[in-house]
Amino acid sequence: MARLFVNEQEVRTDFPDDTPLLWFIRDQLDLTGTKYGCGVGACGACTVHIDGVPTRSCATPIGTVAAGAEITTIEFIKGAAARAVQDAWVKHDVVQCGYCQSGQVMAAVALLTKNTRPSDADIDAAMSGNICRCATYQRIRIAVKDAAQSLPPVAPAAVPKPAVPSRPAPQLKKKA
Amino acid sequence: MNTRFSRREFLKSSTALTIVVALPAAQFSRAQSASGSALTANAFVTINADNTVRVLIKHLEMGQGTYTGLAALVAEELDADWSQMRSEGAPADAAKYNNLSWGPMQGTGGSSSLSNSYAQMRTAGAQARAMLVAAATQEWSIPAAQIRVEKGILSAGSQRATFGQMAAKAAKQTLPTEVTLKDPKDFKIIGKGVPRIDSRVKVNGQAKFAIDIKRPGQLTAVLLRPPRFGAKVVSVDAAKTQGISGVRAIVEIPQGVAVVASNFWAAKKARDAVVVVWDDATAGRISTDTLIAEYRALAAKGDGAAIARKDGDTDAALKTAKKTLTATFEFPYLAHAPMEPLNCVIERTPAGVELWAGCQFHTMDQGNVAEVFGLKPEEVKINTTFAGGSFGRRANMASDYLVECAEVVKALQRSGVNAPVRLVWTREDDIKGGRYRPAYVHTITAGLDEVGKLTAWQHRIAGQSIMKGTAFESFTVKDGVDKTSVEGADNLPYEIANQRVELHSTSNGIPVLWWRAVGSTHTAFSTETMIDEIAIAAGKDPVAFRESMMSKHPRHLAVMKLAAEKANWSSTLPAAQNGAKRGRGIAVAESFNSFVAQVVEVTVNADKTFKVDRVICAVDCGVAVTPDVVRAQMEGGIGFALAAALYGKITLKDGIVEQSNFTDYPVLRFNEMPRVEVHIIPSAAPPTGVGEPGVPPLAPALANAIAAATGQRLRTLPLRLA
Repeated sequence: MARLFVNEQEVRTDFPDDTPLLWFIRDQLDLTGTKYGCGVGACGACTVHIDGVPTRSCATPIGTVAAGAEITTIEFIKGAAARAVQDAWVKHDVVQCGYCQSGQVMAAVALLTKNTRPSDADIDAAMSGNICRCATYQRIRIAVKDAAQSLPPVAPAAVPKPAVPSRPAPQLKKKA
Repeated sequence: MNTRFSRREFLKSSTALTIVVALPAAQFSRAQSASGSALTANAFVTINADNTVRVLIKHLEMGQGTYTGLAALVAEELDADWSQMRSEGAPADAAKYNNLSWGPMQGTGGSSSLSNSYAQMRTAGAQARAMLVAAATQEWSIPAAQIRVEKGILSAGSQRATFGQMAAKAAKQTLPTEVTLKDPKDFKIIGKGVPRIDSRVKVNGQAKFAIDIKRPGQLTAVLLRPPRFGAKVVSVDAAKTQGISGVRAIVEIPQGVAVVASNFWAAKKARDAVVVVWDDATAGRISTDTLIAEYRALAAKGDGAAIARKDGDTDAALKTAKKTLTATFEFPYLAHAPMEPLNCVIERTPAGVELWAGCQFHTMDQGNVAEVFGLKPEEVKINTTFAGGSFGRRANMASDYLVECAEVVKALQRSGVNAPVRLVWTREDDIKGGRYRPAYVHTITAGLDEVGKLTAWQHRIAGQSIMKGTAFESFTVKDGVDKTSVEGADNLPYEIANQRVELHSTSNGIPVLWWRAVGSTHTAFSTETMIDEIAIAAGKDPVAFRESMMSKHPRHLAVMKLAAEKANWSSTLPAAQNGAKRGRGIAVAESFNSFVAQVVEVTVNADKTFKVDRVICAVDCGVAVTPDVVRAQMEGGIGFALAAALYGKITLKDGIVEQSNFTDYPVLRFNEMPRVEVHIIPSAAPPTGVGEPGVPPLAPALANAIAAATGQRLRTLPLRLA
C-alpha cells in the first residue's frame, strides 16, 4: 500500500503501484483540477509539482514516487509566484476553454518560483511542453512576463536550473 | 408551437434608435422563482437576494466566450454591475432555449451563439430591469421616470436599493408585455469590454468539466472500438483482465466492448487487455493514399459533377483566354483533438435519466439518449458543464459518446448493476475515433485576358459530404450539392464573369464531421492561394488585384485594406539572417457572416523549415459585443489553423487510422505561436460570430507568404517545402 504526501497531507492508497499519479489524484482524492489530456506525458494538462518540479502525473506511476516526496496540485499552490501567475492569467484573460490551464499555471508557477526574470527562451523551455488547443499561447507569454515583473528579481544563475518540463519521471528526492 | 423570436416581433419606435420588443411567450412568461426572495424574470435571468444575477446560457461554453458575451447582453440592458453577473448552463429545452437561427433546436455551432441571442438576451435583461423599476416605483411611490438604475443600484432622491434588495418585491410585479431596448449610443458594456466571466475558476482548478463529475457509486467505462470503421464483434476474450483489481463488468454494446471499473486506470488497463476478434466483412479498408489518388482523378473531370454555381460560359471563356492556369490542391482528414477528450456521466433516476456533459447539441443529445432507454426526450435531464474545447467535435448528430455511455448504463442494468457511469475516451480513442474533417481534392482552372483580367474560373471539388445521411440533409444538400462542401468557393467576393463551381460528393465508411470553420477550412485555401498566384502571373500586386474585383463586397475589401495597412503591406520586410528568406502573404475570407483578412509574415530557413513570425488580422463581425473575446478568438483561430497548416494529417492504411496521440498527430506548441495583432472594424451592423472565422485565412496567407519568400507554390496540406 503506497503512502503519498499530497497537498501537505499523508494519504494511503490501495491503488496498484502502476496507477498513474493523475488517476490516484482524480479518482481517489477527488482533486479534479489536474486534467487528463493524453496519458503519455505529451500535453502537460496533468502537470503537478513533485518537490516543486513540474511533473506529468499521467506518466508517473504512484509506485515510482519517492517516499516523502511532496506532491502539490493546482488546488493547493501557494506563495507569491502562484498568486502572481493566477492574477496575471485573470488580468490578461488568458483562458478560453480552460481545460489545459491548470497545467499551464503549474508550469508557469514552477518557472517563476525559480526564475523571476525569465528570458523568452526560458519561457519557451518551460511552457512548450504544455499544449493549448485554443492556442492561448500569446496571452500566456504576456501573463508570464507580467507575473514575473510583479515578483522580486531572482537571478536565474543563483538557483538550480529549471527542470525540463516534458520529462515525465518524478524526482527521486528524499524528504528532508 | 412557434417559439421563434422573429423579426416580426420587433416594432421599431418612430423617433429613436431604441427598439420596442413585444415579449414572446415561451421564454418570457412568468417563471416560478426558486425562492420567494429571488426574481426569476424569465427563462434566462434570476436576480437573487444575495445581489447576484444568474443568467442561464443556452449555448455551450467551450472556450469561445459565450458565457461572457451573453451575460454582457443581459447586464447591458439590466444596468447591472459586471461583478454581480453569473453564468450557468441552461437545461435542455428546445422550446425555451432553442437556437433562434436553427428553429426548434437547442444547440451551439456555426458561430451563431451571439448573433441569435443578441436581441433575446438584451430583452431578457430589459424585462428584469422593468420589473425592478416597477417594484421601486411602488415601494418608494416615485414615478418610474425618476428612478435611476446604474451598476446594479436603483435610486431616486434619497432612496437607494440594490437589485438583491428589490428582487422579492419585483417578483410580485405584473409582467411587462413589451420592453424598450437601449439606443446603442447609451451602451455601457456592449462594445466597451468586460473581463471574461470564467477566468478565475479556470486558473485555480475549480471549473467543472464533465470529466470532473463524480456521482455517488459512479463507475468508469472505457470502450474498445473496432480498429476498422464498421467492423463487428465476433468474440470477446477477457481472460487477461483477471487480476486487474477494480474491474466490475465487461459488456458488449453495439459500438464495441466496454470495460467498466471503479476507476479510470483499472478500466483502461483492462480495456487494453481484452482481446476481441472482429468481423471485418462490413468494415472499410480504405488507404488514404489510394483515396486521394481517386479524388485527384475525380477533380480532373467534370462528368457527373453537381453544379454549385454557374455564371456565364466558363468553357468558352477558357478557350478564348490569353493565359490559363491550372492547379490541384489536396487536403487531408483532420481530427479535432479538443484538450478534454469526449466523456460524459449518465445516471438512471426515478424520473428517467440525468446526464452531465459538455453538450453542444442539446436537443439531439436528449433525443438520442432517450431513444436508447425508450424514454421521452424530456425525461432526459441534461446538466451542461464547461467543455474542454470542441471545434465541432461535440456537436454530432449521432451523439456518439453519449449514446455509447447510455448503452453501457443499459447493459449494466440488464446484468443487475444500477450505477451512474462515466464514459471516457482516451486520447488514442479520440485521434482514431473518426468524425474527421473530410479529405478533399480541388482543381481550379483560371483564364486571364490580354490585360491580365480574370475572365474565367472553373473550380471542382471532390470529397465526402458531411451532411448526407444526417437530419440536416434536407436543408443543406440541394441538387447534389452539400453546401458545406462548397461554402467559400461558391460565393467568391470577386467579380468574375464566367464561373463554374462543381462538386463530386464521395461516399466511404470514414465518419466525417464539421471542423472549426467547416467548408472554408479548404475552400479559402484553394481560392485565396489561386487568386494570389494569378495576381503574380498577371504582374499585379495581390492586394490591388483583389481590390480591382471586389467592388460589390465592401466588407471584404475593408478588412483586406485594414490588414494590409496595419501590416505596412507596401514596405519591404526586414531581411533575415543566415540565408533565410522572408515573405509576406495575404488572404481574405468570409465565414458565418464575419469577414476576416490576415497578413502572414514568414521566415523560411535554408533547411526548408519555416516559422510564422507575425500575423496581422482584421475582422468585421458587426458590433463587437466583447472586443477582447473577439481578439482572443482571432488569436486562437489563427493558432488552431496554423496547427493544421503545419502538421494536421490523419491517414488510414487498409482501413486503420495510423495516428494515435499528440506524439504522431502534433498540434501547435507554445514556441510556435506567432505574434498576432488583431484589428476590429468599428461597426453598427448586427453582431456575427467569431469562433470560427479566424481560421480560414491563415493557411492561404501562409502559403502565399511562402511563395513570396521562395517562389514555391504549396498546394498540399500540411505545408511542406520541397
